[in-house]
Amino acid sequence: MATHSHKIVPGYTPPPDVLKPGHSLSSITDRISAMVLRTATPQWWLVGVSLASLVLLLFLMSASYLLWFGVGVWGVNNPVGWGFAIVNLVWWIGIGHAGTLISAILLLFRQKWRTSINRFAEAMTLFAVACAGLFPILHTGRPWLAYWLLPIPNTMWTWPQFRSPLVWDVFAISTYATVSLLFWYVGLIPDLGTLRDRAKRTFFKVAYGFLALGWRGSSRHWHNYEKAYLILAGLATPLVLSVHTVVSFDFAVSLIPGWHTTIFPPYFVAGAIYSGFAMVITLVVPTRKLCRMQDFITLRHLDSMGKVMLATGLIVAYGYATEAFMAWYSAAEYEMDMMYFRAVDGPYSHVYMMLIIFNVLIPQLLWFPKLRTNPAMLWVLSIVVNIGMWLERYVIVVTSLARDFMPSAWDSYGGTFWDYTLYIGTIGLFLTMVFLFIRVLPFISISEMRMLWREESEASK
Amino acid sequence: MKTESELRKPRQIGFDSLREKVAATQGRDFWRSLGQLAETEEFQQYLRREFPENASQWQDPTGRRRFLQLMGASMALAGLSGCTRQPEEKIIPYVNQPEELVPGNPLYFATAMPLGGRGLGVLAESHMGRPTKLEGNELHPASLGSTDTFAQASVLQLYDPDRSQVVRNAGQIRSWEAFSAAFRQAVGQRSQSGGKGICVLCETVGSPSLGAQIERIRGLLPQCTFHQYDPVNRDSAFEASQMVFGRPLDVRYRFEQADVVFSLDADFLSLGSAPVRYARDLCSKRLVDEHHQEMNRIYVAESCYTSTGGFADHRLAAAPSRIDAIARAVAQGVGAQGFEAGPQLRPDEAAWVAAAVRDLQANKGRSLVIAGDHQPAAVHALAHLINAALENVGRTVEYAEPADAMPMNQSQSLKELVQAMNAGEVEVLLILEGNPVYNAPADLEFAKAMDKVPLRVHLSLYEDETSRLCHWHVPAVHYLETWSDIRAYDGTVAIQQPLIEPLYSGRSPAEMLAFLSDDVGITPYEAVREYWEDNGPPVGFEDFWRRCLHDGVVAGTALPAVAAALSADVQVAAPTAGGQGIEIVFQPDSTIYDGRFANIGWLQEAPKHLTKLTWDNALLISPKTAEGLAGTARAGYKQNSIFQWEASGRMAELSYQGRTIQAALWVLPGHAEGCATLHLGYGRDRAGRVGDGAGFNAYALRTSQAPGGGSGLEIRLSGGSYKLACVQDHHSLEGRSHYRAASLDKFKQDPEFAHHMGHDPDPELTLYPEHDYSKGYAWGMTINLGACFGCNACVIACQAENNIPVVGKDQVLAGREMHWLRVDRYFQGDLDAPKAHHQPVNCMQCENAPCEPVCPVAATVHSDEGLNDMVYNRCVGTRYCANNCPYKVRRFNFFLYADLETPSKRLAANPDVTVRTRGVMEKCSYCVQRISFARIQAKREDRRIRDGDIRAACQQVCPTQAIAFGDINDPESRVAKRKKEPLNYAMLAELNTRPRTTYLAKVFNPNPELAEEA
Repeated sequence: MATHSHKIVPGYTPPPDVLKPGHSLSSITDRISAMVLRTATPQWWLVGVSLASLVLLLFLMSASYLLWFGVGVWGVNNPVGWGFAIVNLVWWIGIGHAGTLISAILLLFRQKWRTSINRFAEAMTLFAVACAGLFPILHTGRPWLAYWLLPIPNTMWTWPQFRSPLVWDVFAISTYATVSLLFWYVGLIPDLGTLRDRAKRTFFKVAYGFLALGWRGSSRHWHNYEKAYLILAGLATPLVLSVHTVVSFDFAVSLIPGWHTTIFPPYFVAGAIYSGFAMVITLVVPTRKLCRMQDFITLRHLDSMGKVMLATGLIVAYGYATEAFMAWYSAAEYEMDMMYFRAVDGPYSHVYMMLIIFNVLIPQLLWFPKLRTNPAMLWVLSIVVNIGMWLERYVIVVTSLARDFMPSAWDSYGGTFWDYTLYIGTIGLFLTMVFLFIRVLPFISISEMRMLWREESEASK
Repeated sequence: MKTESELRKPRQIGFDSLREKVAATQGRDFWRSLGQLAETEEFQQYLRREFPENASQWQDPTGRRRFLQLMGASMALAGLSGCTRQPEEKIIPYVNQPEELVPGNPLYFATAMPLGGRGLGVLAESHMGRPTKLEGNELHPASLGSTDTFAQASVLQLYDPDRSQVVRNAGQIRSWEAFSAAFRQAVGQRSQSGGKGICVLCETVGSPSLGAQIERIRGLLPQCTFHQYDPVNRDSAFEASQMVFGRPLDVRYRFEQADVVFSLDADFLSLGSAPVRYARDLCSKRLVDEHHQEMNRIYVAESCYTSTGGFADHRLAAAPSRIDAIARAVAQGVGAQGFEAGPQLRPDEAAWVAAAVRDLQANKGRSLVIAGDHQPAAVHALAHLINAALENVGRTVEYAEPADAMPMNQSQSLKELVQAMNAGEVEVLLILEGNPVYNAPADLEFAKAMDKVPLRVHLSLYEDETSRLCHWHVPAVHYLETWSDIRAYDGTVAIQQPLIEPLYSGRSPAEMLAFLSDDVGITPYEAVREYWEDNGPPVGFEDFWRRCLHDGVVAGTALPAVAAALSADVQVAAPTAGGQGIEIVFQPDSTIYDGRFANIGWLQEAPKHLTKLTWDNALLISPKTAEGLAGTARAGYKQNSIFQWEASGRMAELSYQGRTIQAALWVLPGHAEGCATLHLGYGRDRAGRVGDGAGFNAYALRTSQAPGGGSGLEIRLSGGSYKLACVQDHHSLEGRSHYRAASLDKFKQDPEFAHHMGHDPDPELTLYPEHDYSKGYAWGMTINLGACFGCNACVIACQAENNIPVVGKDQVLAGREMHWLRVDRYFQGDLDAPKAHHQPVNCMQCENAPCEPVCPVAATVHSDEGLNDMVYNRCVGTRYCANNCPYKVRRFNFFLYADLETPSKRLAANPDVTVRTRGVMEKCSYCVQRISFARIQAKREDRRIRDGDIRAACQQVCPTQAIAFGDINDPESRVAKRKKEPLNYAMLAELNTRPRTTYLAKVFNPNPELAEEA
């Protein structure tokens, strides 16, 4: 390894435990590639993927029913024209934030603890964005025409209406998905080469060889690879901020009390990172145990992720406080009524209370290092935050619409069976993809772990 | 002759199971499940079996062609060929183009809609031979160019696929010839004995030609008896005029002459003999501006909260027994003679009445007291006495000979018929329209009595409850399919002319009566024309006839006012002390009337004026009465910010005079205490697929002694609950300034008060250059809240004009009603005596429309004339526009709501307006199709569109002309002038949406003596 971007700064002591001592370059490669190349599929994987694909079937059923009969099968109505679909869209997009943040921003910030979780987080990002991308299409009244949101030259001589935040969404999400996919794939190339070389059976040799794009590990290859990876990291970094900013414009650009708020962009981005890290923890904690990867994904990683959650959680809490304060400070009757309805006296006030408990109060436990390094407790907490962030989006989307300017039009909203099944179904889609991923691709980057090992061992010299 | 049990014998091919299936999905599911149902084998069999003349014709090319011929050959060119893929056939074009028929240009024909024996003149818009929309006839005294909800919806009834389509004998399909033979024989056997044993029961006869035919039959068959029964009738009014003047007389009111109007439970703006005309007259005295600041004042004492009560300046909620007492107190106060004094009034009532009496007395000759049709005769008599004492007779109140052809006490008439039937004296019973098995008073047990009649014949639009128990059923014609004539409230005759050949070979009452008179086989046309040849001018008949048909009225047929002297010995007796318990009030429903419109989806889904309920009636009670019911609490009425009482939607057992029904409760603020209202017309089981199973049958409790209701109702909660589909969950304005109103005094002090109640943003706020609307046209609308009493006519007119679908009860419950124009109702003030405000809300056509920038596909865009256009076929259905609309006027097709399957429904659609499919947003377009039509006309004549060329459907129908529409660039247009008035304000102007629809704030005229109440 001739060059490396991670230069050892004199006087800098790398934090311990990003890699359990006692490993060698070959043991790292062995351990990680064995996960993929072993012939005996573990029992837990078979059980897991079966359950996940059962839930995926639920998604297929619910989506088919929806497409056949129309969005009327959901609980949406007039005035609440958006419901679960948009809640789920924002939730999944938010979850999709952690991957790129970990890969790109932490790479640029030279955070070593990102190395063993970035591949996993990036994959999770792609799967979450895939789930998210389904909802804007499925929620339209005529999904077969949803492509009209794309700027495709056509015989109708019409473009999308570029002032609409929904068109911005199309660009923001598709750009994000593309760059994330490229970033993830480029990062995979050296590992695909390793797998090709280590695979015993022809099929896998050919398959991984095809995907490895002729990677030979020459220094020229490494040189190009490092450059491309860094450029992509640079490209991905602003996207982390832009995607959820644009998603928040769906609301902030409107004039509905409860939506029409300038704080939305930063508040949404913080919330996205918050929920993204929660989802990484939710997935990583069981995976490291089941795959026996505690050597590579150590308590140090969990601790760092806990800290990020704590920080972003506090920003989100600040956002809630600002919303309430601004409603009062603005003295705008619609805003005040909205806030009162949302938080104090309304059919959804209990949702708001749960959201505060789940997103603000319970996560304060993260101040305790003991909890941050207790995988079981951290896992439970990550689930709490995942639920809390879903509730947050529910409160934003539903309560604002249910109670806007015209008292005569006020109505209430509730999800139907088809709302719930489609939501749960996308979780099945997500988990199925996660299971397939950890079986066929190395979910920890082999090459980057080897670089890390070198850095660690050099530092310890 | 078939026996009763044979009649009831279930038919074979799964009919019952099918009906059960349909019954299980009645009303609310019908609109969605029909398509699914149609695919079942059972239904296919049912179709072939039940409608052979129709269903099989549709598949068989020859038969289908004949069907089309029947409908007028023109239709093949217009509607149908465009809708379906048809087998290849040669189309033969017109050899001679029918005169005046230009494809694409509608023709208008004058006719009149009958209801309760009175006609409402209408102009029917006909597209290539099919009527699609009715407008008021400006020459007709009851219309003056406006109509009501019933008339608007009657065009849908014409195309109702559930209408009866075949002659039946004991359930089996028979030909008209078979019926004629059988019936002629039955009549022939009895003609020797002068028609003994033949009884005819008809609805109120308001047709002079039919009346003459009946007279002729009476001469031919003196023993044949004629009875009349309408569940909503004028019995009390006739009884009272009999009592006071010695003969039955019609009362006509001249609201345009009255400065003080006092109503004794009369909902004269919605019901009665001329609600459309009276609303116009009443409002003509309520228009104020800078120069004209005089208004009439309206007092209403009523039990149930009605739209008339909501419109009043002072409303007193009073149980029926108190209405009588109030009438007596007023009579006493104005110094009338000839009645027994009533019980003492409560102090609050007494103060209210005293103030009203002083006002009435100060306006002698310019006041008017009116009693509700369902009030007992005593109250009507007291109203006559009061009007006489106030010297109103001849000025604001007129008497005239009844416009009815056979004025009679209908309850009495029906009672006599039932007695005769029970005594076995009736051998042949001919029921001409009407549905007595369903709507006769419960104590008469009409069905049981009818069972004793050996031959029962029913002419009816539907195979209804009565048809089921009759040997012969003959489908009736709809009034738009036949010739007849009908008198208006003032006696003016309108000739009814057909717009279309009968769709289902229906027969008219005249054709049925022809079996009894000597003119068998006479067509309705001949019947009417011959009558008028006899009664019209002796010379120049053809010109006269053409003039009558063209104008829609027969000139000079109004019945003159007569001098009616009070009988010397008038003595209105005090009512016998009522029984214990809650009083019950029966009133016709504001949407489906007495039940005859139960199968019209538009009316079922029209929100009721005050409750905003759809698809059901409910026992309406006041909040205090609800509180008094065991097991409910008034508490929780604002639970979860939703203004609802615990009792609303609970099921209760109602016991009244030994009869019991189950009904849901609904708490209506402002309903009088100690009484409960159940509207007529619901709880039907043979209305059709739309109306079956909706609501609760009030007729099961109604008695012939007191059709308006009486005391002794017991309400016992039965534990269950019932889903009532209310379109407006929230009753209060929450202190927002969407609706602006002030008293006349305040208006005089501060004519600009409406502007001081809101915040108008600076027009210079934006950085962007403004669009210049000053060239060309700029469409705008004003809605005068001071003239709106929430009658719903605009809602239904809009629905008819714009092909707006009916969604069904479950979709209303889900919050997905489709009305482009809704009438918001807000309560204000005291929970027990709130004021009710009505505000029509359509698309505001904002200049800065919040819906437009958020649409991702440019499906909603602005026209250079200021219209916010909706491009249906570009819409992908993100619903973002609806979310961002602060007025919440956009409507989304969550399912395929439009009925694209039913052939007859396709004929009902307005060909100028797209029928929307699933997944598309829609909303008010300011009737853009009418704008385009006027534009084409103007361009051809090389001129600008003139003010008045375009009338939006809502504007055209409005009885009080509350809506003005036109070009605001034209300073002389009515709308531009109205927008300059100080009362003009924009709703939610503070959002800087710059709506083109603006409101004129309401000005009301409280009595200073009762000021604290106002």
